[in-house]
Amino acid sequence: MLEQIFQFLVTGITVGSIYALVGLGFALIYNASDVVNFAQGEFVMLGAMSAIALLAAGLPLPLAAIAATLLTALVGLLLERFAIEPAKGASVITTIIITIGAAIFLRGVASLLWGKNSLPLPAFSGNEPIQLGGATLLPQSLWVLGGTVVLVALIHAFLNRTLLGKALLACSVNRAAAQLVGINVQIMLRLAYGLSAGLGAVAGILVAPITFSSYEAGIMLGLKGFSAAIVGGIGNPMGAVAGGLLLGVLEALGAGLVSSGYKDAIAFMFVLMVLFFEPTGLFGHKVAERV
Amino acid sequence: MLKIRFLGSLLAATLFTGIHLANAAEPIKIGTFLTTTGPASFLGDPELKTLQMVIEDINAKGGLNGRTVELVHYDTGGNAREALNFVKRLIRKDNVDLIVGGTTSGDTLAVIPEVEKESIPLISLAGAVEIIEPTRKWVFKVAHTDRMAAAKIFEDLRKRNLTKVALITGDGGFDKSGRAQILKLAPEYGITLVADEAYGNKDTDMTTQLTKIRATDAQAIINFGFGQAPAIVTKNIKQLGIDLPVYQSHGVASQTFIDLAGGAAEGVRLPAAALVVAEQLPDTDPQKPILLAYKKKYEAKYGPVSTFGGHAYDGIMIATEALMRAGGTDKAKVRDEIEKTQGFIGTAGVFNMTPGDHMGLNLEAFKMVEIDNGAWKIVE
Repeated sequence: MLEQIFQFLVTGITVGSIYALVGLGFALIYNASDVVNFAQGEFVMLGAMSAIALLAAGLPLPLAAIAATLLTALVGLLLERFAIEPAKGASVITTIIITIGAAIFLRGVASLLWGKNSLPLPAFSGNEPIQLGGATLLPQSLWVLGGTVVLVALIHAFLNRTLLGKALLACSVNRAAAQLVGINVQIMLRLAYGLSAGLGAVAGILVAPITFSSYEAGIMLGLKGFSAAIVGGIGNPMGAVAGGLLLGVLEALGAGLVSSGYKDAIAFMFVLMVLFFEPTGLFGHKVAERV
Repeated sequence: MLKIRFLGSLLAATLFTGIHLANAAEPIKIGTFLTTTGPASFLGDPELKTLQMVIEDINAKGGLNGRTVELVHYDTGGNAREALNFVKRLIRKDNVDLIVGGTTSGDTLAVIPEVEKESIPLISLAGAVEIIEPTRKWVFKVAHTDRMAAAKIFEDLRKRNLTKVALITGDGGFDKSGRAQILKLAPEYGITLVADEAYGNKDTDMTTQLTKIRATDAQAIINFGFGQAPAIVTKNIKQLGIDLPVYQSHGVASQTFIDLAGGAAEGVRLPAAALVVAEQLPDTDPQKPILLAYKKKYEAKYGPVSTFGGHAYDGIMIATEALMRAGGTDKAKVRDEIEKTQGFIGTAGVFNMTPGDHMGLNLEAFKMVEIDNGAWKIVE
């Protein structure tokens, strides 16, 4: 039994770090603009699918991964420039709806470009399972875990140690004040979209060998990533990471110890409970609106 | 002046088209409602392509009974409510003569009452046995049923003397219907199910469920589903080092599954239509020339074939042959002729329909295949 629980935990942490990476992208854009970007899942899909396509075109895997990340970041920038920016001054809700439209558009383009089948990406370092106590995990899971740690550390350092990162945070705290002290909010927004698109792409490429990818893969990943960001307190990048891990472990334990049929129900019940008792998320800032 | 000339030419144009219409026979209209977007799109996509290919072919050869054939298609996106709306539109607005379609069982089951009420022949491409049980006057199907798949798997288990089986299925309609048939048939074959696990079809990891299965005394694992989830299950089984025979359903009988699951797919067995092993059939097999011809034609145009496109081929061929025999589009006559389909050799097997059997396939239509070195191999 103990062995089983250990396996559940290993599974949960792997799946959870996938959610965490997607959730991190949500948090970044929310930070810069108060907008929940529902095309985040599509960035994940685009990264994975373009890496698969570039690999098939003959590029070596590392090069294909880098090119796919840059390509997706570019898509994020273009999305901000040509869909979000023209709606400058629109309400947050309007902007969120624009991102939903963008998500549907990106899915459509992907289905035309790459067809409707699921496609695999080869594992970075083989498929031989690694024994860990009584549990087994794939080498790719280590890549996902390692990738999450590195990316989270980088984002954390960027937001707290660099001027650019602090400027980005400033936009989220008070956009007007940020503009007054000379921060170019427009540029910051583009940066946020480009960055979270690139982040999503890396997440997609890391997980594609485990989960495969298809033009629709972004829907589920986006939803779970969003839940992770909500649980952790949206706008808090580290909260999103914690939320993702929590959600993953909960799903695995729920499926393993209760019933696999209620796996998602248990996880979403938890999300509801969090929102009920702690509306700003487990690690969210308490918001005080001044009237 | 210009206006008058324009009106004049408009009048002439109307007259001409009027004459044209009176001269040429009305086209035969075949309606279809497939799932070409959404999770089941990899089923509907080859189906639509096949229908278009076959109809193009028929028209190039002069049509049916001297009339051209026109295909009217709507994409349901796998939404049963949409399916019903589109079928109503096909019947009332497009005035189609018969309907081939319904990619998924859910779509098909949703439209059956309407089709029965409006008395129009329907040939479904979906799997669930409920479509033809009980037999309905106007409803036919050409795809193997999930009950046949379950029976075929159990036959193979019996040959290998395996009686304790763990079941793992997804949350889709195909999965659930397959699970129900397995639960129902197991006692008949003396099989005990020691685990019955579930997952979501969009889940990315099933090791939790499989860890539970590993702790049971199962002698084999059956996974009933389609899409990418069964490939993930297969990979997870390998990852957990579970060394048991693995059975999949006919839902994954396509090259995509082998590509996705990679090395983990080795040794996996599943019941599949003869199409996937067409080249390996003995030359005496009556299906072989038909399979190879369809495969060659489809692959020249669109890329690798799948058994799902094959179902569309069977459906449209049975429909057109019935239309030919009926000598027209009288719906009752066409229905009777579909029911009289005897010895029709299709991609799914040999069809012998009767008033009590609106599918007409037997277990012979399935081949038990094993994945060997990344390719299908017949194991019977």
